[in-house]
Amino acid sequence: MGLREKNDLMSDEGHTLTSLSEAPDHLFVAKKRMGKEAEAVVRPSLTYWQDAWNRLRKNKLAMTGLVVLIILILLAIFGPIISLHSATKQVFTDQNLPPSKTYWFGTDALGRDMFARTWYGARISLFVGFMAAFIDLFIGVIYGGISGYKGGKVDSVMMRIVEILYGLPYLLMVILLLVVMGPGLSTIILALTVTGWVGMARIVRGQVLQIKNYEFVLASKTFGTKTMKIIRKNLLPNTMGTIIVQMTLTIPSAIFSEAFLSFLGLGIQPPYASWGMMANDGLSAILTGFWWELFFPAFFISLTMYAFNVLGDGLQDALDPKLRR
Amino acid sequence: MVKYILRRFVAMIVTLWLIVTLTFFLMHLAPGSPFNQERNTSASVQENLMEHYQLNKPIAIQYVHYLNNILHFDFGESITLPGQTVNDLLSRGFPVSFELGMLALLVAVISGIILGVLAALKHNGIIDYIAMTIAVIGISVPNFIMATLLIQELAVNWAIFPTATWATPMHAVLPTVALATGPMAIIARLTRSSMLEVLTQDYIRTAKAKGLSPIKIIVKHALRNALLPVVTLLGTLTAGILTGSFVIEKIFAIPGMGKYFVDSINSRDYFVIMGTTVFYSGFLIIMLFLVDIAYGVLDPRIKLHKKEG
Amino acid sequence: MVETILEVNDLHVSFPTYGGTVKAVRGVNFTLKKGETLAIVGESGCGKTVTSESIMRLTTGDIVKGAILFNGHDLATLPEKELRKIRGSDISMIFQDPMTSLNPTITIGSQLIEGITQHTHKSKSEAKEVALEMLDLVGIANPSERLKQYPHQFSGGMRQRIMIAMSLVCNPSVLIADEPTTALDVTIQAQILELFKKIQKETGVSIILITHDLGVVAQVADRIAIMYAGKVVEIGNRQEIFYRPQHPYTRGLLRSVPRIDKEEEALIPIPGTPPDLFSPPKGCPFMARCDQAMEVCDHYYPLTSHINDHHKVDCWLQDERAKKVTFATKG
Repeated sequence: MGLREKNDLMSDEGHTLTSLSEAPDHLFVAKKRMGKEAEAVVRPSLTYWQDAWNRLRKNKLAMTGLVVLIILILLAIFGPIISLHSATKQVFTDQNLPPSKTYWFGTDALGRDMFARTWYGARISLFVGFMAAFIDLFIGVIYGGISGYKGGKVDSVMMRIVEILYGLPYLLMVILLLVVMGPGLSTIILALTVTGWVGMARIVRGQVLQIKNYEFVLASKTFGTKTMKIIRKNLLPNTMGTIIVQMTLTIPSAIFSEAFLSFLGLGIQPPYASWGMMANDGLSAILTGFWWELFFPAFFISLTMYAFNVLGDGLQDALDPKLRR
Repeated sequence: MVKYILRRFVAMIVTLWLIVTLTFFLMHLAPGSPFNQERNTSASVQENLMEHYQLNKPIAIQYVHYLNNILHFDFGESITLPGQTVNDLLSRGFPVSFELGMLALLVAVISGIILGVLAALKHNGIIDYIAMTIAVIGISVPNFIMATLLIQELAVNWAIFPTATWATPMHAVLPTVALATGPMAIIARLTRSSMLEVLTQDYIRTAKAKGLSPIKIIVKHALRNALLPVVTLLGTLTAGILTGSFVIEKIFAIPGMGKYFVDSINSRDYFVIMGTTVFYSGFLIIMLFLVDIAYGVLDPRIKLHKKEG
Repeated sequence: MVETILEVNDLHVSFPTYGGTVKAVRGVNFTLKKGETLAIVGESGCGKTVTSESIMRLTTGDIVKGAILFNGHDLATLPEKELRKIRGSDISMIFQDPMTSLNPTITIGSQLIEGITQHTHKSKSEAKEVALEMLDLVGIANPSERLKQYPHQFSGGMRQRIMIAMSLVCNPSVLIADEPTTALDVTIQAQILELFKKIQKETGVSIILITHDLGVVAQVADRIAIMYAGKVVEIGNRQEIFYRPQHPYTRGLLRSVPRIDKEEEALIPIPGTPPDLFSPPKGCPFMARCDQAMEVCDHYYPLTSHINDHHKVDCWLQDERAKKVTFATKG
């Protein structure tokens, strides 16, 4: 930082010399040093997560996604509570009513309140999505972590298995499993995760392989740090970014799969409702003009998928250290 | 290269075997399966089944017999449609499904690449914004909802396109669009990000330094490299289109394999479910294999790597 | 006096980023004469690569101000279409990393030939002849076989030879080489530098060599420009820069590299780091690291002093009044 004791002589912008001799004589004295002068000004250093959060915050689209998701989750929790009607009670005099003051989202063909059903459906759909993603994460991180960390023969065998499982057509297998196990909430989650963890395992393994060879991990190893501690201290924080991004893809994909399976009649069974099942019911209703019976579940499926997708994109940009400036 | 193909081929065979085996044993576990004793079909059908699947023999023999049948492309007979073999259904339904699927794949690939490239070239411009909005919507709206909206607007309200059955090219428009939107969106996004990355590569700067025209740089140097990741995605996308066609065929009442498959699930016609699963899985796995080989041909570096893993 | 072929006048290049504008090049002046090798030397981040890329307008930054005069054209403002005729034919460029500068999915032959057909009316087979000739010139054995191969089938040194061949196909009058040897092994470095000398002798091309390695400079440069914080702080011929350096930064650089001609002299690193170019200092940018800094250095950027008609330096020590100033000796 410059010494500002002679303010009258500060050469601000526009004050440039036309020849050396123009410089005032009294400035020709040795420069007084003020301690750490030679050290360059360093911009404040932020941790990886602070930095990522700052970048995410600037991404309007991703923040929209995040806010929409929070609202959807809050509505899934409190929607059925603030609703005026029950989600399962069938009022035969109130069938196929359009949205109104009493029925905010209208009623379905059995006279059930669409508002209450939509948020019950949200609970189920979001539950399926989050559960499937977390179970995938759990199995995938363990499997991929071990495979990548152990390396060598273990990795070779474990990855051969993954490679073969990865070749299995995902939805076909899920359909087959559901035909065998019978439809239902737990079987859907089970079927989705039996085949779904493979992708996560591959990603985690790739990350671990890459990071394992970084100098800082090698350094910990040479100091004799225990394996579990290396995994906890070094590998996990560094793979977190990729894992979070993968999660934002798995959750909507599970929600979509559930909707798709409901459409095939293999999804959640009545009296429970999921968005997929409601949309399936609404498909026939739309042709008779009861648009709200399709609109609300379809809209919220799409909105959820949208929110997860833009949030995932934003997270990917925010967590990618390559883009760090 | 040969070693690489061979390794992929072995993996493909193992996967196929795994699917066939899984299907067989899962079907044995299924409640109400004809493999169990509680059958509710007619006597003549039962007798046929007994003989065809050797149901009176031990399970190991049944399995070997089943494997042998599959090898001879014999997928058995339908329970709910007496006299119809799975092969009959396949030969009737698959060509239609294949046509629809290929059309959708073609539309998705071409329009996805165009959108992605345009978006990348006009990065952060208005075209980029529009293309990515289309892509995000394409990914967010499930295909059965897209299909219903298309029918409602373009077939019912505006009566521009006919629906139901698979007769004229006009009949193909809506189901193709409904089926292609999702994959198109995925391709567009991937092409865009891949293209953006390629455009920052040093060899693009080299090409510029040679004085090549922007068009030549994009077509010859950028596009080819940018599309490599898209090729790897083709296998997965085919799978997506195939499963997507189940619902699309159902909604548009197209007499394809997907429709038979959905019907067979609803009526728990186990042999059709089994046969179709095995057939479709085989089809997809062969597709994945071909895509892998194509990738090896397109990327000269693969030959040296030999992809240990 | 030798004819001037390229002249850079008061070049300013900036990069707009999220954090503000980086003023990477802040008023660079130099000339390039026919048949000579001019080395631009400096630490990483001093703006030497940006300067070299700006000559052909390949930089991603914005040329804010200044002129680049070549053959009566100002390359800084020439329409893109006209500029493309010059890129690769009159002026060509070699980049730092030969591993990434060649397109991995296209054969070497195709990459060589496309440059020729772009700028001449030669047929493909004629262009192939030229390509073979060039590969031979840069010392690649078996050129006709090699033409069909892909970049990954070559070593780093071989790839750099191919890059050089590629830059020579249209007989350019100016060759810009941006750190052409940095990514290579030391033994390969020497071979590549020999190759530059040989090419210059055979074709008479003028070379701008960007490097941070004074060893490289000592081998091939006729004249040397020293860059610091986006400015050329000293320029002169090789003898002058190596034996009569005027700028404290140049002296610092020379003290920090091992030399065979001076025995047993300790290597002294320059303390500190270059200034942040988001907000460059208004005075001399080297002031903070300079052991002969004066108050005036903090307030005004020194104007260029001419030691003679080719040796120039930007430093307040050239002022008569500086001679009387006593500096604390380093302890």
